[in-house]
Amino acid sequence: MKLYFCDFMRTVNELQTIATQVRRDILRMVYAVKSGHPGGSLGCADFLTALYFKYMKHNPSKFELTGNQEDVFFLSNGHISPVFYSVLARSGYFPVPEMATFRKLNTRLQGHPTTHEGLPGVRVASGSLGQGISVAAGLALEKKLNNDNSTVWVLTGDGELQEGQIWEAVMFSKHYKIDNMIVTVDFNQKQIDGSTGDVMGITELSSKFLAFGWEVLEMDGNDWNSMDTVIPQAQAKLGQGKPIVIIMKTEMGQGVDFMMGTHAWHGKAPSEEQMNNAMAQLPVTELGDY
Amino acid sequence: MRKFEILGSKDTRSGFGAGLLEAGQADENVVALCADLTGSLMMDAFKDAFPTRFIQAGIAEANMMGVAAGLAIGGKVPFTGTFANFSTGRVYDQIRQSIAYSHTNVKIAASHAGLTLGEDGATHQILEDIGLMKMLPGMTVINPCDYNQTKAATIAIAKMHGPVYLRFGRPKWPVFISEDTPFVIGKALMLNEGTDVSIFATGHLVWKAIEAGHILAEKGISAEIINIHTIKPLDVEAVIASAKKTGCVVTAEEHQMNGGLGDSIAQLLALKMPTPLEMVAVNDSFGESGTPDELLVKYHLDSQDVADAALRAIARKV
Repeated sequence: MKLYFCDFMRTVNELQTIATQVRRDILRMVYAVKSGHPGGSLGCADFLTALYFKYMKHNPSKFELTGNQEDVFFLSNGHISPVFYSVLARSGYFPVPEMATFRKLNTRLQGHPTTHEGLPGVRVASGSLGQGISVAAGLALEKKLNNDNSTVWVLTGDGELQEGQIWEAVMFSKHYKIDNMIVTVDFNQKQIDGSTGDVMGITELSSKFLAFGWEVLEMDGNDWNSMDTVIPQAQAKLGQGKPIVIIMKTEMGQGVDFMMGTHAWHGKAPSEEQMNNAMAQLPVTELGDY
Repeated sequence: MRKFEILGSKDTRSGFGAGLLEAGQADENVVALCADLTGSLMMDAFKDAFPTRFIQAGIAEANMMGVAAGLAIGGKVPFTGTFANFSTGRVYDQIRQSIAYSHTNVKIAASHAGLTLGEDGATHQILEDIGLMKMLPGMTVINPCDYNQTKAATIAIAKMHGPVYLRFGRPKWPVFISEDTPFVIGKALMLNEGTDVSIFATGHLVWKAIEAGHILAEKGISAEIINIHTIKPLDVEAVIASAKKTGCVVTAEEHQMNGGLGDSIAQLLALKMPTPLEMVAVNDSFGESGTPDELLVKYHLDSQDVADAALRAIARKV
């Protein structure tokens, strides 16, 4: 299978294959250094595969920090760097073998994404939570000032919505009619200390965004049909004066049975036995391991 | 001691406002953000001239810093405007991650710094901001001394790439730097050559250092007065050369001793050329309400304090 970075005709089978390989990459990166965040990465593997290999118009082979005239993605919940690095490498931003350097000394693939070592595909550092929507809104505003009709995407965690800055950015985006930005909330309802409901309830999420004047859509981020329905709906709402949010239900650890249904794999590497078990559930694809 | 002509009495924040307008006229990529303090920051002229390039961010400074970072990623040259307190302590992590570590081209314009904010009191009189900002790798830190220098500094930082913290103040203050004095980032400005003591001063305290120079001259003491407007990167050569010539040093600033200009110069001299040094700065204390002049006297930042520190430094020479 050839990989085109942007292909609106890409089939579900192709996307599924890429996502399986992305999941292998995630686990192999985390396992190699016995650190990193596999749970949320696995949960968002399908969505980021859909964005980077189907829906975003972007230019991986000629990375420009400014992102002028192309769709741009920001990862606000920077701890799920493994999935980000995998889709960046697999779509052509940097060599696939470089994934072997993840979290190692002198790597461009730092624990949390950064521009500091010049990794193509990353436009701002993230990891300290709550900052991504503000930065995305800034770039979206810059695109408006430049009459650039491309889209700014940003992914945030749901636990991350507990940060106050998020709601400053949500208010700002409505006030300035940032309608060239699509925020996706990874609604897996889990965070480090447990379920979001137990740690700090973020109830009535859709109503909150609606009350702030946003367009709100809901989607299953682990279901290709749901994504193929809702992402185009979100894109159709661009340019209508309102910021757009997709509340995306995902399963933390999706694709590896013993990592699902628990918050335990937020930031933990598997043992050798667990790794073998996980790899057996995600057979290597024609894309091949790094 | 050289005579300094007082060219007027103006607030440094107005120098920022004038510089911002000029920077905006010179480069259409210059944009400005403000957190509900447009009048206080003197940003109205820019706002009126370039309404689409002015972004009112509301009382939400953390978001303002992130939005500025995003604008800079796309190629704009954003200036954020709010009080020094809300430009630093309130948003330190946003600056650290989205601006300093990401090396986004954001200019943080911080007004009402220090005790001379006056009557509003200690909640607003930040005395820790230079330290907070200079600790961030890659951050340029500038504290100009009068209206003309603040205006020139504003224009200069718009032309350089990289994050900058520009600190200025509220009160009317003597204008004594001529309009045509070039502003070179990172280059100390020699104000008076002398032989007995080196006084390195920044911000409003530069004028106090000049007044101290006259007090010292009456006692027959020749003070070298150097304006360190750029605290980071520090003009290492100028500091070493002057300290070598005079053999003792005084630093003067409207900031805590911890983390300020004196701290930078003490570190440099301790490492390269140990030299007797006295600091005029706030000594581990918050400020309080009062007029700027009353506060400078009470917290020992007045001209007489600078002169006394010079005498102490001279007495320590071997």
